Parts: sequence; C-alpha cells; structure tokens
Amino acid sequence: MNDQSRRQCVKAVRWVNHVAIVDVQGDVDLSRSSEFQQSLLGVMDQKPERIIVNLAEVPYMDSSGVASLVKLLSRTRRQQVGLRLAGLTDRVRSIFEITRLDGIFEIHATVEEALA
Amino acid sequence: MTDSPAERPIRLMIFSSPTHLAVVRGAVEGLCRSIGFDDECITHVVMSVDEALSNVIRHAYAGAEGEPIEIELDWTDKQPGVRISIRDRGRAAEPEAFVPGGLGELTPGGLGLHIMTECMDCIEYRPAEGGGTVLTMIKRLEPARGRSR
Repeated sequence: MNDQSRRQCVKAVRWVNHVAIVDVQGDVDLSRSSEFQQSLLGVMDQKPERIIVNLAEVPYMDSSGVASLVKLLSRTRRQQVGLRLAGLTDRVRSIFEITRLDGIFEIHATVEEALA
Repeated sequence: MTDSPAERPIRLMIFSSPTHLAVVRGAVEGLCRSIGFDDECITHVVMSVDEALSNVIRHAYAGAEGEPIEIELDWTDKQPGVRISIRDRGRAAEPEAFVPGGLGELTPGGLGLHIMTECMDCIEYRPAEGGGTVLTMIKRLEPARGRSR
C-alpha cells in the first residue's frame, strides 16, 4: 500500500564476533509482524551466542510485534542464547511498559551498550 | 478544532486489511493532538485503537480482508476527551477468549485487550444491530490541568 508496507522489517543483520545485531526499520504492526517473526527466528538458525534487536528505527510496534519478540525470547531461553533489545523509541517503550514486559526483556539504550 | 456539530464526529470506513491500520493511526493521532492530549496519552489512544482494529481483523473477520470496519471519532467540550466507536459486521467479540496465560502463551489478542484496558478510561463491547459488534472506548482530558490523565 505504501513504501513502508513494502519495505522489509529487518533492514540488516550485522555480526560482531558471535553476536547478531538485527536492525529493524519502520512500524511493526499486524501488516508486518509475521514477516518480522520469521526474520527473527531465521537469525536463530545461524546459531548466534547473543542477539541484539535494534529498534532505534521503529516508530511504532503493536502487540503482534511484541508477541513476535516474546516468541523469540522463549526460543532463546530454551537454546541458552542471549537476547537484548536496544534503542527503543518512546512509543515502543510504552508498549513494553504497559504490558509489563519491560521487566522480562533485557533492554538497553543503545546497541553499543547492549554489546558491552 | 471545536465541538460544533458541523465539525464532528469524524467517520472513517476501512476494510479489514492490516495495511489500513497505519492510516487510522495517523488520523487518531492528528485528532488527539488537536484537542489537547499530551504525547503520552496520544500514544495510549493510538495504541488502543490499533489493537482494537487488529482484534477485529484477526477475530471478528478471522483474517479475511475486504470486510468493512466503521470508525467514529467524537469529542465534546462539555466532557473533554475523545470517544471512539468501532463497528464490525463479523463474528461476535469474545474478549474473555483473549486473556493470556504465561509467557509462552501470550497472544496478541490478549495483549491487545490488556493494552486497551490499561490505556483507556472506559471500554465497552456490545452487540451491534444487524450483527457484529460495537466497541466504544473513551479517553478523558483531565480538566484541572487541561491534560489527559
């Protein structure tokens, strides 16, 4: 429908040693959360030691996007892979606070901080 | 923006396509900003409307695209705030079915209902005449500070 809905959610996956940094772009809502989840779970197939999901370029995320991250969290816990979220915008941080999932996820201000 | 009968309510009709959600979010944000909500409350109203529409698409219409959803945005200076009505013509809403269990059982529908309950002052589901469901949500502006709670 518009440029955003045609853009891929995951802009890039960068690797720093065995850490996968997943750069996400655009709103993550019902129109894109399925693709978002598949991309995230695809990163798990590459057997990282840790995944950092960079949300600095995500202005908005709905509950389906959050549910995708919860699914990834469950998978990372089972396979003992670290998961950190970074760069949450105010609006995205709100949904984590309202759903009280900010206490479940490890959230960092920046990717650099999440890499430390 | 005044509460003149000539200016309100605003009515939108979309189809049950997830790609329409961003358009409605933009309209709701614009209205809430014009009637004086602060950034935090604008986020709360936008999220609630978005989650309600997502639930309609997923549950009332079981993911079928092209089905009608009518949205009415209304406000008044007498009881400052915004009233949002969302009407679908699909399967009756069963909000109790959205309630999530533990972390592994979290569902977007359950999270969505939780978000709406937390963010809005009032939410009410009722059967619509002729079939379907009407969801009405209200968010008030706090009169003492002229800001939303």
